[in-house]
Amino acid sequence: MRSKFNWEAWVFILPACLLLLTFLVWPTMQTIYYSFFKGNFLDPTVEFIGLGHFDRLLTGDRLFLRINKWPPSGALINTIVWIIFLPTLTVIFGLIVAVLADGKKYESFIKSLIFIPMAISATAASVIFRFVYNSDPETGVLNALLTFILPELEPIPWLGRKGMANFAVIFAAVWIWTGLAMTILSAAYKALPLEIIEAAIIDGATAWQRFWRITLPMLTVPITFLGVVMIINALKMIDLVYVMTMGGPRGGTRVIGYSVFVEMFANGKIGYGSAIGVILLILILPIILYQLKQLRQQL
Amino acid sequence: MTNTTPNSKNLLSFSTRLITWTNSGLVHLTLVILGLVWLTPSLGLLITSLRSRADIAQSGWWTSILEWRFNLENYVEVLNNSELPSPGFKENIINSIIITVPSTILPIIVASLLAYVIVFTKLRIRNFLYLLIIALMVVPLQVTWFPVLSLYKFFDITGSWTGIWLAHTAYGTPFAVFLLRNFFSEIPEEIIESAKLDCNNHFQIFTRIVLPLSLPALASLAIFQFVWVWNDLMNAIVFLQSVEKYPLTVGIQKLLGHYQNEWHLLAAGAWLTMLVPLLIFFALQRYFVRGVTAGAVKG
Repeated sequence: MRSKFNWEAWVFILPACLLLLTFLVWPTMQTIYYSFFKGNFLDPTVEFIGLGHFDRLLTGDRLFLRINKWPPSGALINTIVWIIFLPTLTVIFGLIVAVLADGKKYESFIKSLIFIPMAISATAASVIFRFVYNSDPETGVLNALLTFILPELEPIPWLGRKGMANFAVIFAAVWIWTGLAMTILSAAYKALPLEIIEAAIIDGATAWQRFWRITLPMLTVPITFLGVVMIINALKMIDLVYVMTMGGPRGGTRVIGYSVFVEMFANGKIGYGSAIGVILLILILPIILYQLKQLRQQL
Repeated sequence: MTNTTPNSKNLLSFSTRLITWTNSGLVHLTLVILGLVWLTPSLGLLITSLRSRADIAQSGWWTSILEWRFNLENYVEVLNNSELPSPGFKENIINSIIITVPSTILPIIVASLLAYVIVFTKLRIRNFLYLLIIALMVVPLQVTWFPVLSLYKFFDITGSWTGIWLAHTAYGTPFAVFLLRNFFSEIPEEIIESAKLDCNNHFQIFTRIVLPLSLPALASLAIFQFVWVWNDLMNAIVFLQSVEKYPLTVGIQKLLGHYQNEWHLLAAGAWLTMLVPLLIFFALQRYFVRGVTAGAVKG
């Protein structure tokens, strides 16, 4: 019986395996290989330079990493800022809505409202936030609000200042992905065993104590999961940056995922872009290993 | 509590009620503020898309609710204007459909075949394939683009529909396998065992038993993949490379490049791209949320 079925199984997996090898496995290897060469579009392997690109990236590229001047800047630093703020803010906002809206009459309404940005393309979201951040208080709602509250204040060019623009783009990403955090946390919150919470109420714990001592510790698993997802999103980030700021002003919003693309496709430096890609892969590797380890336990 | 006089009892319950009342007031307030923050950006752009160019230049969109002078002219203009970065939005819409439909169907076929083998056969490498899928789900696409492009050049399919369909199929497969594997695993083993008696081969079990049983999962997957491809910007830029084939997202991005501050066109254009995903969201909310939640790690 088994042997009769077997050849069919191989036919079934053939298309998927071919595609995965051609579009994901082989190209990744190829990019790692190119990272040791100087090269261009026509010939990606003009000259072997070993770890030359990595040396240059970590010591001599102000757009990638600049640590000799305070505050440190460059794509690597910007990505670290993304990695810190994107998971933290999406989980905080998601948790607030998941817990506070639970059981309210308008629960499903506000949850839809928060989730809708997940359906919108990064391109449209970029247009939306360029509009929100517009420095003319007659156009941009954020500056309109600020100058309404503090009339003496000069309008702030949110996407035009180097130290600020990265946070402005991160907030657009938070706006997009909070819906995901909220949905996952809300499902986990509703699945919490009622008896424990009731016991805590009988023991006289306030809502605040119940949240910090019971709810939050019991949500560790979904929060960790979301942390991993958001770190991956931060590392891969490209489209919001591409449409909102093109990495500017003066590299202020460049992130690693975007630098890979720009060095390769705008500057034609295949080897150099590949080296940034390798750094991106190295940063993502622990996450892959972590997920595989988790899965091994299930299999 | 038994010794307290009626008077102090009332006082106590009054202050408790006051605290509860303030607390729930604060809860509502927090939720309303968050709801407004999440709604305002896209609402602002929607209102702007319905205002005339002159009105937009004169005042902020938030003042226009009092004037109430809305029309659809910007949409007509953005669809018909031949001055826009060619080929124009009508063609962009058609291109989006041409790209999206096969890119939704193909990965589902390819992935469901692989997921079937992983779950229902005893093929030796099936666990390895599953671990590979998990690892490939987080590979950043940036590191694959250049090698795939050079392969496309070799086979002369750069800028062809086939090229973008294949890329989306390959990139969509890992997550699709992941989702379908989880769903297939929940099909009771007895059903498959009895099917093996009635069916001659795996193909029959696959098409007659497994696929019909998995319709909800296939629906979530199709919706997720459709919206993902519809919203995709970077793969279209990398693989299509010709103005005549660009989808809506690239249309918007080019529009932004040409007319940074023509908000009447940008707003209408952005809302045109958002229309389809939003309709899907409202019509098929449950499937959509399930797909997006399961697809958290894709990208």
